[in-house]
Amino acid sequence: MPAPIRLRELIRTIRTARTQAEEREMIQKECAAIRSSFREEDNTYRCRNVAKLLYMHMLGYPAHFGQLECLKLIASQKFTDKRIGYLGAMLLLDERQDVHLLMTNCIKNDLNHSTQYVQGLALCTLGCMGSSEMCRDLAGEVEKLLKTSNSYLRKKAALCAVHVIRKVPELMEMFLPATKNLLSEKNHGEILHTSVVLLTEMCERSPDMLSHFRKLVPQLVRILKNLIMSGYSPEHDVSGISDPFLQVRILRLLRILGKGDDDSSEAMNDILAQVATNTETSKNVGNAILYETVLTIMDIKSESGLRVLAINILGRFLLNNDKNIRYVALTSLLKTVQTDHNAVQRHRSTIVDCLKDLDVSIKRRAMELSFALVNGNNIRGMMKELLYFLDSCDPDFKADCASGIFLAAEKYAPSKRWHIDTIMRVLTTAGSYVRDDSVPNLIQLITNSVEMHAYTVQRLYKALLDDISQQPLVQVASWCIGEYGDLLVSGQCEEEEPIQVNDLYVLDVLEGLLVSNLSTPVTRGYSLTAIMKLSTRFSSLNRIKKVVSIYGSSIDVELQQRAVEYNALFKKYDHMRPALLERMPIMEKTATNGPSETVQTNGETDSTILDTKHLPSISQPASQVGFLKHGFSIQTCAHFRHLNNIQPLNVIIPPMTAYNKNGLIIEFTFERSNPNPNIAVITIHATNSTEADMTEFVFQAAVPKTFQLQLLSPSSNVVPAFNQGSVTQVIRVLNPQKVRCYCEPRTHSASDLQCIQAINFYLSCVPGESNPQPCAS
Amino acid sequence: MIKAILIFNNHGKPRMSKFYEHYTEDTEQQIIRETFHLVSKRDENVCNFLEGGLLIGGSENKLIYRHYATLYFVFCVDSSESELGILDLIQVFVETLDKCFENVCELDLIFHLDKVHNILAEMVMGGMVLETNMSEIITQVEAQGKMEKSERLQDVFVEFSHQDLLDFYNQMEMIQTQLTR
Repeated sequence: MPAPIRLRELIRTIRTARTQAEEREMIQKECAAIRSSFREEDNTYRCRNVAKLLYMHMLGYPAHFGQLECLKLIASQKFTDKRIGYLGAMLLLDERQDVHLLMTNCIKNDLNHSTQYVQGLALCTLGCMGSSEMCRDLAGEVEKLLKTSNSYLRKKAALCAVHVIRKVPELMEMFLPATKNLLSEKNHGEILHTSVVLLTEMCERSPDMLSHFRKLVPQLVRILKNLIMSGYSPEHDVSGISDPFLQVRILRLLRILGKGDDDSSEAMNDILAQVATNTETSKNVGNAILYETVLTIMDIKSESGLRVLAINILGRFLLNNDKNIRYVALTSLLKTVQTDHNAVQRHRSTIVDCLKDLDVSIKRRAMELSFALVNGNNIRGMMKELLYFLDSCDPDFKADCASGIFLAAEKYAPSKRWHIDTIMRVLTTAGSYVRDDSVPNLIQLITNSVEMHAYTVQRLYKALLDDISQQPLVQVASWCIGEYGDLLVSGQCEEEEPIQVNDLYVLDVLEGLLVSNLSTPVTRGYSLTAIMKLSTRFSSLNRIKKVVSIYGSSIDVELQQRAVEYNALFKKYDHMRPALLERMPIMEKTATNGPSETVQTNGETDSTILDTKHLPSISQPASQVGFLKHGFSIQTCAHFRHLNNIQPLNVIIPPMTAYNKNGLIIEFTFERSNPNPNIAVITIHATNSTEADMTEFVFQAAVPKTFQLQLLSPSSNVVPAFNQGSVTQVIRVLNPQKVRCYCEPRTHSASDLQCIQAINFYLSCVPGESNPQPCAS
Repeated sequence: MIKAILIFNNHGKPRMSKFYEHYTEDTEQQIIRETFHLVSKRDENVCNFLEGGLLIGGSENKLIYRHYATLYFVFCVDSSESELGILDLIQVFVETLDKCFENVCELDLIFHLDKVHNILAEMVMGGMVLETNMSEIITQVEAQGKMEKSERLQDVFVEFSHQDLLDFYNQMEMIQTQLTR
């Protein structure tokens, strides 16, 4: 069989291929040749073949049949073979193949080889892809190499140790004695670097190590000082600064050591100030060090002067021409704006200027930072800039920007009129990018600003005349017109020049929305309901009746349902129509997520119109007034499921069986805590109807972050058999946002009743919510 | 930690790819394509940092890249690495390649992929920065190269020795015939 071609030849051949298919053909031919060569167990050319295989692997072709060959290469005596073999192992093998364990012995031998380069190869491979079994077996060898005097090996061993610690954290103690000498003076730059990395990893993983290594802070400070003060050292120099990588690493380790600890932070203050003031900022290198210094100053307990210095450095970064520096500065300012708000405020104008930058990443950071900086004093100015930004930014940003503007406006609006104007501006410029949940929020906001109703509806109407393509705008506008149409035609607006419009024009506009192709089904629903509401406010009753009856046969089921119900309202329940269609009262806001309308139903009448099937089946206090659920169909109660409701507080939730399996029954009973009605107290009773006692019974509960949970101690750990007794445990749940969530039981090892049965639940317990879902196991 | 180091050209053809976290081969190729897509859209004078693509960890990971002539050098790192530091690291890497290959160009990377891997192995190990001193890296790489060469010379020597012997015997024969004449 002719000698396999060299790697170079192969590459040259592949490059001549003009199409993907040609290339694939060539590669397949070569793969076949390589495979037969492997089968012949040819030692001389194995190295060449594997090299070719790796090249093909990089191009994306399957190369797994070479894995065993890599192992054979590793076992060979020649350095060339070993090198390619280890490279192949790193690229082709990983923990998931069983083959990799065969390497362990080879690596072990190579770690003790006489040539340092072979040892280096072995360390490199172990450090890249060693699995936890391999690391466990070979940790001893690595530790030995960590103590050797050969600097080349020592630095590799340090990084390999980092990998071992990452894979098997329990072995961290093993490396502790070797770290004693790591920072000693006679070590060169490279060893220091990797040693610092090792120390950093150990400190990050274990708080004990962290306190142990705190005593190294003076040494680190000394090393850093030497680096800054020492003269020109050509080996480690990058653009005139000595060993910047090491400086950055040491600064990071100092950050970890100084966090939360006064003494260490004290010891570092001077050196940090020195680095901050002395480093040259004309090149990227200097800026990298400064950036790291700033981050460290922010994280440790530094004195305020130092912090101000840090923020000023960041401010200087913002003015730098280099985009990278600006990006980095904006990111760090974002992290510190919570803690050092005032200091960051000083740079507000620069940040706002960054909004106009051409670079997308910088714009995004500047936008986030601007939102964080908005407060009551600067709201008007900032909002102007932000609205201008909204006009000109990319569509990706518009949704986030619009939501941010709404939030900011809500928190700091100086006047209602300004607020409504801002909302109008957002809706008209970025209307189609506004998030769906902002429509109900806006509606609620408008309802609550009673004195602005006339102004609002007038502006919305004018906007509607201009443009009906932006759905959120159209939805809000049609809702408002439906509610406040009478104000519109009466021309009562005080804030601005009232427009002259009569009810026919208004109805024209609304009907236009119904037939337009631009309107989504949801929008059509809004406009139909609006037209219906106008039946009590306008006098053109016949026209409205006609429209409503036309849509009674619409193809869209939602529209049809609404139209049919409204028709029924006209025909059979006309006496109730004024009451149902009167103005909405002021709504209370429950939570910022989701629509926040209250569900209030008139329990006695309209059991035909208002379908109470899905509503809480508990008795409601009689003080509630019934009216139409705006925007939603009367009978589709699907919406109710997504609402965060304020329910009257005297609702009792019936007890429920949460878990009933394998003889173990767990029941929940609910009551409200007396001092704080927002806390629900759940008592669990666990009974066991099997023949054997359940020992070591442990109840665990997990809840989403918005909940607060307190588990009191159970009455006992043993659930006696045959229902002879029960284990009770009290759980207190606080749900400040009244978010509803779903129940999901999970059991471990349900088969063996004698062993621990830990049951996790997500509690769905909104105070007042009717049916926590019975947990189906 | 560095998650991946990729070198590809202006058309997206991979010239070197090293992953420090495990992905399947298909995912690796997809990552390369996705990264190329994200990076090639960038203008020349915007900043060199990007959020990572979805396949490689999304917004927790960043792509730090540099564009040299026809090649993109992309390092995908997580939040524990300093962005500006990695930018310098890319510079050191490219300068090292330049020294090792004498004015490196794309063809050098194509035909000497194993050498590129060897140089990288001296700089980054297990996703962590091992050595940043250019002369040190070059010294180590050259020493290992010498070792390889010496091994090959041994082979050559062995290969020629038969021929040598043959020549030698032939010469011996000639001399012997001359002597016995």
